[in-house]
Amino acid sequence: MSYSEKVLDHYENPRNVGAMDKEDTSVGTGMVGAPACGDVMRLQIKVNEHGVIEDAKFKTYGCGSAIASSSLLTEWVKGKTLEEAGAIKNTEIAEELALPPVKIHCSVLAESAIKAAIEDYQSKNAATTA
Amino acid sequence: MNVNLPIYMDYSATTPVDPRVAEKMMHYLTLQGVFGNPASRSHKFGWEAEHAVEEAREHIAALVNADPKEIVWTSGATESDNLAIKGVAHFYQAQGKHIITCKTEHKAVLDTCRQLEREGFEVTYLDPQPNGLIDLKELEANIRKDTILVSLMHVNNEIGVVADIAAIGEITRAHKVLFHVDAAQSTGKVAIDLEKMKVDLMSFSAHKTYGPKGVGALYVRRKPRVRLEAQMHGGGHERGMRSGTLATHQCVGMGEAFRIAREEMLSEGERIKALRDKLWNGIKDMEEVYVNGDLEHRVPHNLNVSFNFVEGESLIMALKDIAVSSGSACTSASLEPSYVLRALGRDDELAHSSIRFSIGRFTTEADIDYAIDLIRHKVGKLRELSPLWDMFKDGIDLKSIQWSAH
Repeated sequence: MSYSEKVLDHYENPRNVGAMDKEDTSVGTGMVGAPACGDVMRLQIKVNEHGVIEDAKFKTYGCGSAIASSSLLTEWVKGKTLEEAGAIKNTEIAEELALPPVKIHCSVLAESAIKAAIEDYQSKNAATTA
Repeated sequence: MNVNLPIYMDYSATTPVDPRVAEKMMHYLTLQGVFGNPASRSHKFGWEAEHAVEEAREHIAALVNADPKEIVWTSGATESDNLAIKGVAHFYQAQGKHIITCKTEHKAVLDTCRQLEREGFEVTYLDPQPNGLIDLKELEANIRKDTILVSLMHVNNEIGVVADIAAIGEITRAHKVLFHVDAAQSTGKVAIDLEKMKVDLMSFSAHKTYGPKGVGALYVRRKPRVRLEAQMHGGGHERGMRSGTLATHQCVGMGEAFRIAREEMLSEGERIKALRDKLWNGIKDMEEVYVNGDLEHRVPHNLNVSFNFVEGESLIMALKDIAVSSGSACTSASLEPSYVLRALGRDDELAHSSIRFSIGRFTTEADIDYAIDLIRHKVGKLRELSPLWDMFKDGIDLKSIQWSAH
């Protein structure tokens, strides 16, 4: 299988690899996928008091396209509000990385990861304010 | 230390043609060479071509200690498997319609069996043991009154384990069941003696043994005689078992490749084993690295390893300077983990993390050194990227997590 240049770039120089303290209330963590399916993505966002994503980190177990999808996503969500980040569609990721049809599921997983991270952040903060 | 990149480590998918073989083949194509139709009986062109094909047939027979009359030319091991299994099934169906094979066979056997199931045959697919080999007692227990054929491979293409075909042949012969062996991966690697082994049919491929693609052969035993129903009809070539004009240059190439294999097998095997052991010794001290399949009953050319918490496809991408595969080339277009590793009872995670290194005649020590460094570096890098590796390091049992399947 041949990969697009953008996939190769993100795969060889992944952006924002790392982890944040998932107990921190300003951090939202989304972990999606399953080892048995060959893909697991963990995406973390750090949200400031204005509801803007200040930082994002990821780690991914999966193919090159899965790694590239999550790396790209961390670049995109930084500086976005939760609402804007939650509106990112998998098709935009797939288009940007020129993913072939068999790899579309990687972009779907990335979209699920950001949604899960936002949900985690919101549920944490709903609980503390309640 | 000089290496040419990328380094070829996928000899189980195919081998380069040995230069001696290519040189010989070139004399059987053009007007100046021996281009005749081996079936032409009326002139020298045909006689010479026939002579070349028969000499090549003798080389095939010699490698496996058979009679040249027992060798039928085909287009490759897939065709040989089809001819053996369908040919026996169709000829002997009045005696029974049950066939036994194993879940880790090549698709050329499995898919042929599936087709026979659609035609009304019944097939038992044995489970291998965790080391990749079948339990002979279980095989014997599955033989029934209506069993006509057992089809098992000699050397597994993904994990390289070697089946004890001599022992299996004793069982099948005692039960008067025919025994077919796919030996595509074993010629030139493991000694085969068909005078001693009670194998009735055996499939061969040229291109796994430094011959050209597009040619193979099927051994069909004469004593006791095995009958086949032809699958390819036409001019009645190959004693009616496989019609079609013989590809003289291909047959000559396969013959030369098998002649060289017979001469060099012992010394080559030792050299390759030393290289394979060097490769394994260079990576086995890494954490969470597992060999798939038995390491003892295995051809020296193969090392199939799972690097836990690293996904195979991304590892292949990281190892782009060495040409390797995850599982077999025939199924690597799909996203499914290897069906062979799953049949061994490997967890899906480990099956997803497997890489097959297969080395051969032109692999050098420098290639192995390069590969070891690259593997250690890239596996480490991908683990830094892996959330599963984090969790493993934190002592979290991955099986305790409720994963969302997708």
